[in-house]
Amino acid sequence: MPHYESPILVLIDVTPSGAAAPSTAQLIGAAAQLGTPVALVAAPADSAKDAVDSAVAAGAQLVLTTDVDDGPIAVPIVDAMQAAYRTVQPDAVLISNSIAGRDVAGRLAVREHLALSVDAVDVARDDEGIVAHHSVYGGAYLTHSAPTFGTPVITVRQGTIDTRAKSAPEARVEKLTVEPSGAAVAVGTVVEALQIASSRPELRGARVVVSGGRGLGSKENFSLVEDLADELNAAIGASRAAVDAGFIPFPHQVGQTGVSVSPQLYVAIGISGAIQHRAGMQTAKTIVAINKDPGSPIFDVADFGIVGDLFTVVPQVVDALRGRKK
Amino acid sequence: MKIFVLVKEVPDTYEDRRLDMETGLADRGAGQVVLDEITERALEVALKYADANPDAEVVALSMAPESATSSIRRALAIGAGSAVHVVDEALHGADLGLTATVLAAAIRRGGADLVITGNLSTDGAGGVIPAMLAEHLNYAQATNLSAVQIAPDAVTATRETDYGSQQVTAPLPAVVSITEALPEARFPNFKGIMAAKKKPIEVLSLADLGVTADPAEAPQTILTAVSEKPPRAGGVKIVDEGDAAVQLIDFLVKNRLV
Ligand SMILES: Cc1cc2nc3c(=O)[nH]c(=O)nc-3n(C[C@H](O)[C@H](O)[C@H](O)COP(=O)(O)OP(=O)(O)OC[C@H]3O[C@@H](n4cnc5c(N)ncnc54)[C@H](O)[C@@H]3O)c2cc1C
Ligand SMILES: Nc1ncnc2c1ncn2[C@@H]1O[C@H](COP(=O)(O)O)[C@@H](O)[C@H]1O
Repeated sequence: MPHYESPILVLIDVTPSGAAAPSTAQLIGAAAQLGTPVALVAAPADSAKDAVDSAVAAGAQLVLTTDVDDGPIAVPIVDAMQAAYRTVQPDAVLISNSIAGRDVAGRLAVREHLALSVDAVDVARDDEGIVAHHSVYGGAYLTHSAPTFGTPVITVRQGTIDTRAKSAPEARVEKLTVEPSGAAVAVGTVVEALQIASSRPELRGARVVVSGGRGLGSKENFSLVEDLADELNAAIGASRAAVDAGFIPFPHQVGQTGVSVSPQLYVAIGISGAIQHRAGMQTAKTIVAINKDPGSPIFDVADFGIVGDLFTVVPQVVDALRGRKK
Repeated sequence: MKIFVLVKEVPDTYEDRRLDMETGLADRGAGQVVLDEITERALEVALKYADANPDAEVVALSMAPESATSSIRRALAIGAGSAVHVVDEALHGADLGLTATVLAAAIRRGGADLVITGNLSTDGAGGVIPAMLAEHLNYAQATNLSAVQIAPDAVTATRETDYGSQQVTAPLPAVVSITEALPEARFPNFKGIMAAKKKPIEVLSLADLGVTADPAEAPQTILTAVSEKPPRAGGVKIVDEGDAAVQLIDFLVKNRLV
């Protein structure tokens, strides 16, 4: 392996269809803020090629590849990351704060005795070394964390870092040799995709989010949220009550135990604004709320609040937006 | 079968949670504390198995300040058979690495067949402790489970991944973490509350576990800065009198949002 100045090791999340996850560009962008991005693609051999191309396009200077089997969960990727870590000797390790990413980050930190920082919204370098920035308690606080010594493993919240690296014409792709650890492992079946790929924007990192709550009353009525989202070119979110009621699947849940979003515009429809919901959306630039109860806490954070019946107001807004387009 | 359920006391999310501006740590004095709801659900998974398998032993394990005893009693009142409470001054502000080392040592000491945790704690929201424990203990790991079936030699489950769900099998011993899709815990009844007073809580220090918190021993993550953002203020609030949609669109146009 050639020498790289301040290498930063990035794990690329690979989707079941073999594509690099949307977090790829931001992770490599973040790595470029700190040093030279070096990426690892550990995926089944037949599906990894697209992910390698994406890593190169996103600006990785070196992409390490290794084949892993489909069934065993987490361990083969941890083994590959350990091998990559030892080969690259990076200044920092960046991993997506995804479900898969957190499993690998936690295990790698234990295995290699490294300090772990999770859910960073940015990374930087100061006189003392590498620092992770965090947004805590729904954005009420900002904190910085750093390791007492050694290389930090940092998981990065999806859709938060805008820096992008330039793709490197001289980028190299190299095969990595991995010694299996033989660690105990659980085995899983092929992932059943949750829904057919939608043309709507991804919730994480979306510029506009339209969310619906219990006030929608039924799964059928939830289409009102979708109509408005489509007019605004928005991603769809929901409160936990809407998810629990089965209006929409869990990955759309916004809040403390769901996704945290920071869009330019967040529209809350029939959502009371419980503190756990606000924790996932109150860093939005502009918040609009439609709710029939003037006492709803959502109005405490809304830049534009409408006290009214969503079944009257939302169709009017949709019609007016359609009218503007004509 | 011996099942360890990892329960955690957290600041009540229904209140304004605060950080100590000196240390960046959760300000435990600021409001009420509760047993993290997700860890109560983890306990329910274990109890459901124990209902049908009376030989199962359910132990609640928590690393928490001394003041957390009443939260641990709550886990006993809900139905855990006994509890282990790791308390040590040196654990104040422990990072994820030290937390995982300590919890793993306590589990190793007790000898568990199965460890059940929440997928994310509501205060730290790390979502990494279960994987770290699996690595420490060399147990099979299955995180983020939305349905769980426990058998004498394995857990079979539905796992929610980043892209959809899958069926997984984890041979025992295993560490599993569960999501809030699993049912809420049963409510402690009077009998449970009375029984909890007599159930044993084993209190362990770092020395008992043979773990040191010495920062020279292993790297730790420390907070180097903390700042508070001014709370968000509400803006315009109108009552719909037939023209709310028009006014909203004016607002969006003015702010270049459409
Ligand atoms: C540990 C924990 C974690 C949690 N995590 C999350 C989380 O991640 N995300 C989350 O969202 N919640 C979370 N919650 C739940 C949270 O406390 C609330 O229960 C939830 O957010 C409520 O959802 P809602 O606003 O849709 O429902 P409700 O609170 O029932 O509000 C419905 C609103 O709709 C309005 N409405 C009804 N009909 C109409 C109409 N016709 N027109 C206009 N308005 C109407 C009502 O006035 C009401 O304000 C969590 C709770 C706990 C304890
Ligand atoms: N101090 C602790 N004591 C007991 N269990 C814990 C502790 N910290 C984390 N856990 C468990 O690990 C899960 C995930 O926590 P975290 O990785 O902090 O988000 C929680 O839901 C708990 O089950």
